[in-house]
Formats: sequence, C-alpha cells, structure tokens
Amino acid sequence: MIQTNLARRGFLFGAAGLGAGAVLAGCTSNEPEQQNNPQQQNLAQGDNAQPGQPVTIGFSAPAADHGWMAAMTINARSAAEQFSDVTLNATEGTNDVNQQIAQVESLINAGVDVLVILPFDGKALTQVGRQAMDAGIPVVNVDRVFDTPLAYRAWIGGDNYRMGVNAGNYIAERLQRENVNNPVIGEVAGIDSLPLTQERSQGFRDALQRHGLSVGPRVSAEFTPESGERQTANLLQGAQTLHALWNHDDDQGVGVVAAIENAGRNDFFMVGGAGSTNMMNLIKADSGPVKATVLYSPSMASSAIAMARLLGQNKGLGDLAEHEIPSEITTYSAVVTRENVDNYMDVGFDS
Amino acid sequence: MTKALDRPPVRSAGVSALRRSVRFDVRLVGLAGVLVLLCVIGLITRPETFLTQDNLSTMLRLAAAIGVVSVGMTFVIIAGGIDLSVGSIVALSSVWMTTLATQSYGPVVMVLCALLVGLGCGLINGALVSYGKVVPFITTLAMMASARGLAERLSGRQTQVVTETGFTDFFRASVLGIPVLVIMLALVFAVGWIVLNRTTFGRRTYAIGGNAEAARLSGINVKLHTALVYGISGLCCGIAAIMVVARTTSGASTNGLFYELDAIAAVVIGGTLLSGGRGSLIGTLIGVLIFTVLNSIFTQNNLDTDIQNIAKGAIIVGAVLLQHTTARRRKRKPPARTDPDPQPTNTNGSQS
Repeated sequence: MIQTNLARRGFLFGAAGLGAGAVLAGCTSNEPEQQNNPQQQNLAQGDNAQPGQPVTIGFSAPAADHGWMAAMTINARSAAEQFSDVTLNATEGTNDVNQQIAQVESLINAGVDVLVILPFDGKALTQVGRQAMDAGIPVVNVDRVFDTPLAYRAWIGGDNYRMGVNAGNYIAERLQRENVNNPVIGEVAGIDSLPLTQERSQGFRDALQRHGLSVGPRVSAEFTPESGERQTANLLQGAQTLHALWNHDDDQGVGVVAAIENAGRNDFFMVGGAGSTNMMNLIKADSGPVKATVLYSPSMASSAIAMARLLGQNKGLGDLAEHEIPSEITTYSAVVTRENVDNYMDVGFDS
Repeated sequence: MTKALDRPPVRSAGVSALRRSVRFDVRLVGLAGVLVLLCVIGLITRPETFLTQDNLSTMLRLAAAIGVVSVGMTFVIIAGGIDLSVGSIVALSSVWMTTLATQSYGPVVMVLCALLVGLGCGLINGALVSYGKVVPFITTLAMMASARGLAERLSGRQTQVVTETGFTDFFRASVLGIPVLVIMLALVFAVGWIVLNRTTFGRRTYAIGGNAEAARLSGINVKLHTALVYGISGLCCGIAAIMVVARTTSGASTNGLFYELDAIAAVVIGGTLLSGGRGSLIGTLIGVLIFTVLNSIFTQNNLDTDIQNIAKGAIIVGAVLLQHTTARRRKRKPPARTDPDPQPTNTNGSQS
C-alpha cells in the first residue's frame, strides 16, 4: 500500500517537474516583436558617403555586460554594415585584459587595415596599441584612453566632466525659470571609486556653483537598476523637500525612476545621464519626473568605425579644413529634452 | 529511533521550555540593543524624517529581498552548509521571469516562473551536495558562476523592463498601509520560524548541522534532507527575485549582486554558527534590519558610502565579539544550562 502510494507520489512529482521544466523552457524567449537595428542618421554625408577603396577594420571591445557597452558593439557592427566598402573583423568581447591583448595581436597578424579598440583597461592595452601602430596599422582608440598618444592615431570618447556641467546648467536654469529659491538638488552618482564618476560629480558641482547653488543629498549607486532603486529610496526618505535630482546613469535610472514612483513623489524633476531609449521615451511622454538626460552616447562607436574607414581611405572629415582625421575627438554631452528628443532617438540605446 | 528525534530534544518539557525562551532572549539582547541604538542615533540625527511611518516602510521594503534570502541562508548554514549562489539565483530568476515570453503569459506565470527557477537551482545545488558529494562551498560557487552566466545569456546583458502592469500594481501596493513586500517578508519569516522551530523538519536540520553522522545513525535521511534545505534556499531566492523585480520594475543579470555576502553577514551576526547546528531566525532578521537601518541613517545624513562600509565591518566584528562574551558568560554557569542544543557533540556537519 505504502509502496504504491510512494510510487504514485514519485510519478506525480516527476510529471510535475517535467511539466514545470517545459513551461520554463518556453519562457526563455526574448525576441521582441521587431528588431530595430540602430541606424545613425548623421553617418557619412557628402562626398565621404561614396563607396571608396575597400577597408578591413578590426574591432575589439570589452564584454557587453551592460546596456551601454552592449550598444557600443551593436553600433560598431551596424555602422560597418552601412558602408559597402567596409569589412568588419570583430572579436568576441572580453573583460579579461590578457585575452583582449591576444585578440588585438591576432587582428594585427590577420593584417587588418585599421584597428578600432575600446580597451577594457586603457593602461593595460597601451602596449598592444603601440605594437599595432609600429606595425603600420592606424589605431582608433575609443573612450578609455591609452597612456600615450603613440599608441593611437585617433581617439574618440565622451566627456564625463561636461556631462556633469551640462546637467548642472540645465537644472540650475530650469530652477531659475521656475523661480525656486534655495533649491535642494540631489545627486545619484555611479560607483564613487571610478574616475568617471568623480569627473561627472566634479562637473556637476562646478556648474551648480557657477549659479550659486550646491549639491544637497548625494548617494552613489552601482550602475545597476537594483542599487539605483535602493539608494534613491533612502535618499528620498532623507530629503523631504527636493527640487531636482541628477542621476548619472540611465542603466541604474530604471531603478531610480521606480523608487520615485514607489515613494509617490512628484515635487521635483529628474535629469538622467547617458541617453538610453528608455529614458528618451519617458522624456517624450513627459508624464513622470524625467525631464531630460545628458548624453554619453554609444554612437561614438559608430563614429569610430566611420573614422577608421576614412583613415583606411586616406580621407579627412567633411566640413573641416583639415586634410586628415583629427587625432582627438571628444563627443559633446548634449542635453536631451522634450523639445529635441525626436532628433536624438536614433542614438538612444537599450539599457 | 526516529521518534526520539522527532520530538524537540528538550529534557523536561515545562521547565526547560521556559528556560530556553529566557536564554533565547539573553543571546539576542545584545543584538537587539545594537539595533535600538542605531534607531536612537537615527532619531537624534534626523528627528523629523527617521521614525516616520514612511521611512519605516521604506526601510522594511528595502530589507525584504535580502531578508527573504537570509531566511533561506539561515536554514542552509544551520544544516552545516553554505550557499554562495543566492545572489546569482536571484539574478537568474529575475531575468527569467521578465523575458518577453514570460511577461506575455501574465503575472501569475511570472511569479510561478521565478519560484520554479529558484527552487530548481536550489535543488540542483542540493542534489550535487548530497548525492554528488561535492563540497557545498564548491557546488554553490559553481552555481554562482553559471546561474549569473545563464542570466546574462537570457537577458543579452540588458535590463528587461516590466511592462506587465498587473504584476507591478499588485506587488507595489499596500494593504492597510503596509507594503505587500513587507507582508511577504513577514510571511516568509513566520513560515520559516515555524518550520525551523516547531516541526521535525526543523529539528532534523539542527541535528544534521550539529553532527551529520549522528543524525544519519539515528535514522534521518540526511541526503534527502540536505538537498531539500538547499531547495528552500533556492525557493527563497525566487521569492526575493519577485521582490527585486517589483521594486525596480526590471529584471537584470546585475540583480542580487553580493547578496551572498550580505546574507551571510546578516546570518552570522544573528548568532548562527557558520559550522552549523546552532542558530536562530530572529537573530538573522535583526541582522538584516541592522544593515538596512545603518544604510538609511547614512544616506539620510548624506554621508559617503565608504564610511558606511567601515561601519558595516565594525558592526559585524562587534556583534560577533559580543556574542562570544555572552556565550562565555553562559558557560561559566554550567549545571542547569548545558547544551540545550540538539546534538552538541562535534560541530562539524558540513559533509553529508
């Protein structure tokens, strides 16, 4: 009797387990209805848009472990597809410095015409950048800068300091327009030990100071939605009056917005950072606290590919008097607001 | 033989039950003191915002996910094991329950999905530990790596925003002013406490942690029991994943980062022996609350996170030292008070 009961129980459990397994397996799909390939509208205009001599571009970047970094790789690939004369030789993204060095070395050996390198650690990959340059392969260094200009032909990257400055200016000007006296301005930073966070905060402080304002409550999250939610929830509890909030990073911004909604607060406005599609949609909808975001756009990866192509074809940038590609380009941390958001949707990324 | 263990191992029911509850208080009094002290500090430094109902519910809501994970962790550690994979299982469950496919089935399936994924991972841990005879540290370290990896794979390393409003509306609501998440934490905690202290399952967990061999010889199915304990921990991670998704309205492979360390810290300062066989859920809860209150105080006073980390470390050491001294003082009065614990012999139950 007990035996049969047990057997039946085992059978039932087994069947339940199998059923659960089948249901779960069906839940792993993540295909959106339509895949949107980012097409940057401004890429290659005028004469430079004409196909030229074929160029093989080697591309190496860290692992796409968060939205922004994933967008860098996606953008580089789609930019290469936009040019009929470009062949992209992209390596698998890795956060292992040694492996990235090995990848770049193998790209050098493969004889690519130009290299585009977004190093996991600029210092650690300086050597291999020089190696490529010594071998006569121009290197386009993206965002995380090498130790010496000898290691790259051109550098393109974002401006963390100006992100803070532009966020600060926008907030200060908006508060002045609204005639707020002695405003309380909060800041949700990223990981505090990173230089990029320090630069952003410095810029923010400097800009506010210019307007006679200062940063009030400040927390630092870890670039993840969860940490953003946790830290913002605490910050909001401590700051019963708040007029503006700058959040450094749109990846963690998902959590920051959730915390504001959880707290039911609508007494202040929020400015984001980086420029994810998600935040841009919120800015466009204009229903929540998010009123603006300052760009640190992964569209720089598309630009890097365009620069690499022109380097390979010995062309300069259109519109500039220079005959060559400039050696350093710093992208501008534009402020995206409801008024101009439609112009920037093409550079937004999925966080 | 089994019957002897199925009863709570108390010698003379009436007297020592009372004594046990008194002893219970003594052990936790210092810890609760730390919590009260922190609250007083919070009240003094921020009188207008700290002890408001709003802030209390915010703190409890923040404590919910890590609290639930710590309940599972307490079970595992009392049974003489360790579970390093909790954070990764939270990440995997949160990602799995927020894929577009899962969301299209609605909130119920999302919840079920998180629970099943968590339970499944936990049972795999348990099976490997007890039937595969892999050391818990290694098994769960492996699960920590691969669950996070699978989460990254499924999500494409992107944040999956929950568009299913039924889910967020339900879990972010409040009943009688108490957030649903806090009610869930209370339920999980209450069920955990009853299972641990008032059922044979709980007593067997203590027995296995105290001395696995003795437990086996007394007729406990140690292997099955150990596997189930890891299953409980995994299930708790699934529940925590639901809470995290409800809070952040998103599933991401970065969720649950360092939960294992936070949970172990909470369990240890709560007075649970890392070697197993002794511990209390109430202590764990106080441990979780101490860290949450600390976080809140520091943020409200606008202090840097680095100072907060220093304080966190100091509190861990302080709490453990405090327990040592109270434990020593207890030992000095031997006759009536020796070993109310089930299997006080060699406290080495980590293998099974």
